[in-house]
Amino acid sequence: MAFYRSHVLVCVDPQCLAKGAHEIVDALQDEFVAQGLIDEIQVLETSRIGGCSDGPEMMVYPEGVHYHGMTADDVPFLVEEHFLKGRIVERFREVVKPVVDEELGPLRPKEVRVVLRNCGEIDPNNIEDYLAADGYQALGKALFEMTPDKVIEEVINSGLRGRGGAGFPAGKKWAITRQVEDNPKYMICNADEGDPGAFMNRRVLEGDPHSVIEGMIIGGYAVGASYGYIYCRAEYPVAVETLNIAIKQAREFGFLGNNILGTDFNFDLEVRVGAGAFVCGEETALMASIMGKRGEPTPRPPFPSVRGVWGKPSNNNNVETYSNVPQIILKGAPWYASMGTERSKGTKTFAVGGNVVKPGLIEVPMGISLREIIFEVAGGIKDGKKFKAVQTGGPMGGCLTEQHLDLPLDYEALTQAGSMMGSGGLVVMDETSCMVDIARFFMDFTQAESCGKCTPCRVGTRRILELLQKICDGLGEDGDIEKLENLCHEVARNSLCGLGQGAPTPVLSTLKHFRHEYEAHIYEKRCPAKVCRPLIRYEIQAPTCTGCTVCARNCPVEAISGERRQAHHINAETCIRCGICMQVCNFNAIAVES
Amino acid sequence: MTVQTIDHDVVSVVQAAIEKHGKNRDAMIPVLSEINHVFGYVPREAIREVRKQLHDPARQVHIAESQLYTLTSFYDMLSTKPRGRHVIKFCENAPCHVVGGKAIWDGLREKLSLENGETTPDNKWTLVTTSCLGLCSVGPVLLIDDDMYGNVTPEQISEILEHYE
Repeated sequence: MAFYRSHVLVCVDPQCLAKGAHEIVDALQDEFVAQGLIDEIQVLETSRIGGCSDGPEMMVYPEGVHYHGMTADDVPFLVEEHFLKGRIVERFREVVKPVVDEELGPLRPKEVRVVLRNCGEIDPNNIEDYLAADGYQALGKALFEMTPDKVIEEVINSGLRGRGGAGFPAGKKWAITRQVEDNPKYMICNADEGDPGAFMNRRVLEGDPHSVIEGMIIGGYAVGASYGYIYCRAEYPVAVETLNIAIKQAREFGFLGNNILGTDFNFDLEVRVGAGAFVCGEETALMASIMGKRGEPTPRPPFPSVRGVWGKPSNNNNVETYSNVPQIILKGAPWYASMGTERSKGTKTFAVGGNVVKPGLIEVPMGISLREIIFEVAGGIKDGKKFKAVQTGGPMGGCLTEQHLDLPLDYEALTQAGSMMGSGGLVVMDETSCMVDIARFFMDFTQAESCGKCTPCRVGTRRILELLQKICDGLGEDGDIEKLENLCHEVARNSLCGLGQGAPTPVLSTLKHFRHEYEAHIYEKRCPAKVCRPLIRYEIQAPTCTGCTVCARNCPVEAISGERRQAHHINAETCIRCGICMQVCNFNAIAVES
Repeated sequence: MTVQTIDHDVVSVVQAAIEKHGKNRDAMIPVLSEINHVFGYVPREAIREVRKQLHDPARQVHIAESQLYTLTSFYDMLSTKPRGRHVIKFCENAPCHVVGGKAIWDGLREKLSLENGETTPDNKWTLVTTSCLGLCSVGPVLLIDDDMYGNVTPEQISEILEHYE
């Protein structure tokens, strides 16, 4: 093996390639040959060393100098200076910018990372990094030291429940799939994380894909399946690519394929990419989509564990559930069960969004209170505003209020409070959010995503949305609230799948906790949070207005009048309430009234 | 995503997609996605061609044009109508909404005089909303072709659009 005194790594990611990375590599090779250095210095192509935005980029080791922004013509000069004269060329040197990960920073107070433990710590595209972090040890333990029944028992004892939101005990599901006498069996990973605001699974797939793959292989061994599908949404192109690389590497290392680790257990996997349909996150719709059909749900039973994809028993869990499995096998059920409440064990990942100081991805032990999550882990409410509500469980979850903040994080406790665990979206709202508008907003989403197969959901969600729109438009009438409530109960009771059954939850929960806001919209024609346009008006406060005319000049409908240096006035008849005047005013002279 | 139909021959595009994804029923969605990626939408001729190449009663694969059309109309990422040279996908979901997404959406609609799903007369822009892209910590987010823009402010809209020919 040749020894080199220096290595030059050139980034060949698409962005750098477009800026001539290959030309740089060629020019370096030529120049090292010309200078007689080719036996001393090795040129390597690599992926991503910086942000690629100032590409092409290269790193020189052992010095660790990061150059960027050079062209092939600069290479002879750079080689002469750096490699012959030993002088660093400041002109191309990258100024070190601190890397800010806006999604997943360092461990926050009260966080415990099980699922996210490797994210950002290891190179997801290199299986050896995962192996160094105890990767695939759990698979070895399962295959050599445990029977399939013992694996299932361990998962049952850990108390792990489905992290997709419904919370069905994972081990029990495995046991059901194992008991069905029909072959072949399939393992399915639901990576169709469609809830707005939820991106926990994306991060795991992109940051630690092998943990999911290992969990699926162990599951396959436990239930007696030899093939698996990971159904990933098309909105996550990076996750799909990372998964495919990981699967390829796992095959090369003998963790996937025939005779895994020399045993007679065979298991292989493929990634199926969705094509943009929220309802495909529902398990029966997801399986229809895998089989090349429209993603429309079918009634259960039969449950997928009994009759799933291709009519065969199929074990369906989500990304986070599988990702927990290797750690449970490795560290044992008692360790996992030591975290959490009586019925909800382990940890849960959340994507915290909305009006908080530190949004992003977190992983907390079950049993922690919502207050701790919002005010300690997520840093509290932004801009010193007041907390108003938190929406858990995604678009089919509910809005919880101040009075629920001390509830422990627990599947049953959240359901009892009128919301649900869901997959882990957490949208925090401050006092400037109108709850009727929020309900309308979520209904707009579920109505658009309703697949149209069953009538209660197809028609019901539309009627609910119309009523909410009417109220937001200031046209609400006496009786509308009761109508809404009836409709919501009907849709929840009669819809075929979780989408329709859960769609009314945001409306029902806001009706329960913020009924006075609905009433203000309907009876007083007022939007207390000053959000619903038809119910607000913009006013210029004469004492503060300097008459600078900037609002009048920017108003798109010429609704503002007034002399220069004199207080201006907004004509409420013409005003379209776009809010531009308020944005452009330098003196905070414009107020919203309701 | 932004390639014109005339540059590609439907038959060969379909053939390449089928070679890549196989001839079984469950190849339909991947094949249609591939076609959509090349043409920006799924042309009628392509549907006809997919049926011609996949339908094979001898192998128990029965596929009708209507099935392919129904898949195309069902999934959001597949389009039955041609789209502009650049497709702006705006995330309209709650996390982006509560951090100022609406002002961005209104700004885009105003700037381009487009409503959701419409294409400019010069075929340059198509404006659509998208399902959550999972980039919520940098909201509001929009995607132009394959380029992601996060933490967008209304003032940046013109500047961002100027990058595109």
